[in-house]
Amino acid sequence: MWKFLHQLASPPHFYRLSIKFIPWLMLPAVVLIGYGFYGGLILAPPDYQQGDAFRIIYIHVPSAYLSMMAYMVMAIAGGIGLIWRMKLQHAVAAAVAPIGAAFTFLALATGSIWGRPMWGTWWEWGDPRMMSELILLFLYFGYMALRAAIDDTAKADKASAVLALVGAVNVPIIHFSVEWWNSLHQGQTVMKGAMDPEMLYPLLATIVGFTFLFGAMLLRRIRTEVLFRERRTRWVKEMILSEEGDK
Amino acid sequence: MDTQREIPGIFAGMLAVIRRDLLLAWKRPGDMLNPLFFFAMVSTLFPLGTGPSAEQLEFSGPGVLWVAALLAMMVSLNTLFLQDHEDGSLDQLLVSPQPLPALALGKTIAHWITSGLPLVLVTPIVAVAYRMTVDVIGVLLLTLALGTVSLSLLGAVGAALTVGLHRATALLSLLILPLAMPILIVGAGAVSLAASGEGLSGGVFFLAAYAIGALSLAPFATAAALRISNE
Repeated sequence: MWKFLHQLASPPHFYRLSIKFIPWLMLPAVVLIGYGFYGGLILAPPDYQQGDAFRIIYIHVPSAYLSMMAYMVMAIAGGIGLIWRMKLQHAVAAAVAPIGAAFTFLALATGSIWGRPMWGTWWEWGDPRMMSELILLFLYFGYMALRAAIDDTAKADKASAVLALVGAVNVPIIHFSVEWWNSLHQGQTVMKGAMDPEMLYPLLATIVGFTFLFGAMLLRRIRTEVLFRERRTRWVKEMILSEEGDK
Repeated sequence: MDTQREIPGIFAGMLAVIRRDLLLAWKRPGDMLNPLFFFAMVSTLFPLGTGPSAEQLEFSGPGVLWVAALLAMMVSLNTLFLQDHEDGSLDQLLVSPQPLPALALGKTIAHWITSGLPLVLVTPIVAVAYRMTVDVIGVLLLTLALGTVSLSLLGAVGAALTVGLHRATALLSLLILPLAMPILIVGAGAVSLAASGEGLSGGVFFLAAYAIGALSLAPFATAAALRISNE
């Protein structure tokens, strides 16, 4: 087991093995998201209060959850890379940031579209979750801007890992302070308690399905990142030459 | 190397860094005054933009002064490690026998004394112009004093990460402002509560807790960042 993990941490091994994992992540992703969307968008009855507008949760909730998970992956990968000096972990952190930013944007956009018929406004400043999500988007932008500003990859890796860790300590504080700020101005928008199973199961399916999709996207991006970072090494040259020989 | 030289302790090293930075600031008062002028300027711009009515100023005053203070701190953070980086004294700090977090803390303390403290001292003049009462000004000063300590500590991490980079100014704000949002929210919120007659609220304690947390963690992050940016 440990030997396997050690081998996985070396870029050539990772590159060769990871391609085999992607179909096994994509398959459940397609099945689960397919079932979730069919069950949520077609089978589930309209909500008695929100009508059909509630159906956006089948994209909104998985995106919002992944936007936070991606940040955790980024901070943990950066921390491991910083402490144990593992090159692959830095590639993971570099690869996950744009995915996380994309899911954050998706969560904000779908929330805003849902808010238009429900609250009568595209943007509700008073909602704490929207504000935390917006700040999270800025954190991703800052992280990617710092990476882009440093030319030396090894230096960019370490500096952005420090930033991600400082950010990870602050994310819970940001979340609670935004909630406190909101309670100062107006009452919390209360979500209704129990969900009907007919609505709930498709939602759970999309959440798990989106997570598999996230894994597949992440692996693909890490592969590209690894290939780019190792572009001057022997194994990349040999691999490309042997592939050309196959043709 | 026949005579063993005595190496100064941690506190002696920290004090030496503080004394040196304060002396530098004293010799170049312009660097210290610019953020203050910036603060006064932003506080003047807001009423020009929103209108001079008394209710408007009373309502938005705490938020405006806090945002102005936050931006003024960002302006002052640029130069925290820049000159040391350019003249090579930062390399001396990195190779000195004292632990780097202690020296980084010394730099941060000196930064607060030359930027946060003057800001707190200037604030009452602007606050009176914003029609705040004495009690509210007291809370404003207390929250600003605690908040600027946290901002100096947090900003030092960002300044250490961006030292020596091109276009570091905009990048520094992009890195630090999202992290600083809790300080702004709680600080301005506590002053608003004081203005509506609450007196000292929980926000003050939150800011104190945040400052202590930042004081114990940020110097290590700053030191790590300094080592990374000066490899």
